[in-house]
Amino acid sequence: MTTQLLSSLIKKEFLLEFRQKSTLAGILVYIVATVFISALCFKKIIHPTVWNALFWTIFMFIAVNVSGKSFMQETKGKGLYNYLYYSPRQFILSKIMYNMLLMAVLSLLTFFFYSWFVGSLVQDLGMFLLTLMFSSSAFSGVLSLMSAIASKANNNISLMAILSFPVLMPLLLVSVKLSKHAIDGLAWSVSYKYLLILVMLNFVVVALATLLFNYLWKE
Amino acid sequence: MIKWWKILSALLILYTLVWGMLGPVPHLNILHETIRNVYYHVPIWFAMLFLMGYSVVHAIKHLSNNDLRSDIISDQAAQTGLFFAIPGLLTGCMWAKYTWGTWWTFQDPKLNGVAIAVLIYLAYFILRSSIDDEQKRARISAVYNIFAFVMMFVFIMILPRLTDSLHPGNGGNPAFGKYDLDSNMRMVFYPAVIGWILLSLWILDIKKRIALLTHKKNEQ
Repeated sequence: MTTQLLSSLIKKEFLLEFRQKSTLAGILVYIVATVFISALCFKKIIHPTVWNALFWTIFMFIAVNVSGKSFMQETKGKGLYNYLYYSPRQFILSKIMYNMLLMAVLSLLTFFFYSWFVGSLVQDLGMFLLTLMFSSSAFSGVLSLMSAIASKANNNISLMAILSFPVLMPLLLVSVKLSKHAIDGLAWSVSYKYLLILVMLNFVVVALATLLFNYLWKE
Repeated sequence: MIKWWKILSALLILYTLVWGMLGPVPHLNILHETIRNVYYHVPIWFAMLFLMGYSVVHAIKHLSNNDLRSDIISDQAAQTGLFFAIPGLLTGCMWAKYTWGTWWTFQDPKLNGVAIAVLIYLAYFILRSSIDDEQKRARISAVYNIFAFVMMFVFIMILPRLTDSLHPGNGGNPAFGKYDLDSNMRMVFYPAVIGWILLSLWILDIKKRIALLTHKKNEQ
C-alpha cells in the first residue's frame, strides 16, 4: 500500500514536470550554457585540480537549481490536499526519490557535455560515475529538506542558497576528494573509506529528512 | 544570588590563566612555549561545541513539547556559541602564525570546518529573522538547527580524522593526549576545560533570563 502510494506520488512529480516542459528545458539550457561558458573561458583544461573544481562547482549550482525548487510549486491548497491523503514520510520520500532520479540523469548529462566541451581527464570512469551517483543522491536529499524549509520561510530564493551551501560543504568535499582519486586513477583501496562516508552520509541525510519533515509539514 | 558554580568558574579560569603562563611545560620542536595556548584555544572550542550541543538539545525539546521557551533557550545558546567562536578563532590564528607561519590556511580540514560552522550558524540566524510568526519560526529553525548540527559534526569530528591535517591527532599527527600532554599540563588543561564551559553556561544563563523576561513582557 505504502509503496503504491509512494510510486503514485513519484509518478505525479514526473507528470507535473513533463507537462510543464519549460522548467525541464530551462535546466537543460542552463547546463549546456554553463558548460559552454566554461569551455569558452578556459579553452582547454589540462590541470586535473582545475577540471575537478570547475566540474563540482557547476554540479553544485545545477543541484541547487534542480532540487531547490522542489517545494516552490506547493501552494497552500495543494498542501492541504496532500496533508489529507498522504503521510509526511511518504511525501518527503517521494520528493527525495524524484529528485534523486532527476539529479542522476542531469549529472550524467552534465558530465557528458563537460567532457565533450572541456575534455575529460578521468582515468577511472567507474569510480567517477559511482561518486557522481552517490553524491547526486545525497545532494538531492539535503536540498529537498532545505527547499521545504525555504518554502516555509516565504519562498525566498536567496535564503535557499544561504541555508544549503554550508550544509552541503561536507558532502561536496568528500565528492571532490573521491573524484580527484578517480581522475588520478588511484587504486580503489585508497578510496574505500571516502566512498563509505559518502554512502553513510546518504543514509544519514535521508533518515534526518524523513524524521524532521514531519515537523515542517504541520502548519 | 551567585551560585557556587559561577564562583568556581571564575576561580578555575583565573588559576589556568596564571598557572598556564607560569607552570612547567614540555619543550617540543616548533611548538616551544606556544604549547601553553592549549590551555586557552582548546577549552574555548570545547565550550563552543558544548553550547551548540545545548542548543540542539533544546531544539529537539521544542519539537517534542512545542514550548516557545525551549526555542528561546536554543536561540540564545547558539548566539553565545557563535560568540565563543570569535576568541577561539583569534587564539587559533595567533597559534597558527607562530607554529605554521600563517594566520589562516585552507589546507587544514579543521579550519575549514570552523569556517563552515560559523556560516551555518549565521544562516540559522538569517532563517530566524526571515520568519515573523513565532511558532512557525521556532519549529522551522529547530529543524534546521538539528540538521545543520549533524552535518557540522560530520565535518568537524569525522572528516578531519581521515584527511591530512596540521592539527594534532589527525592524519597521522600525534594527539596531544598521547605524550605531549604530560601530567603537569593535565593539571591545568582539565580545570581550564571545566572553567570555560562553566563560564559559557554563566553567560548563557544571563542571556537566557533576559530573553525569557522580554518574551514574558511581550506576551502581556
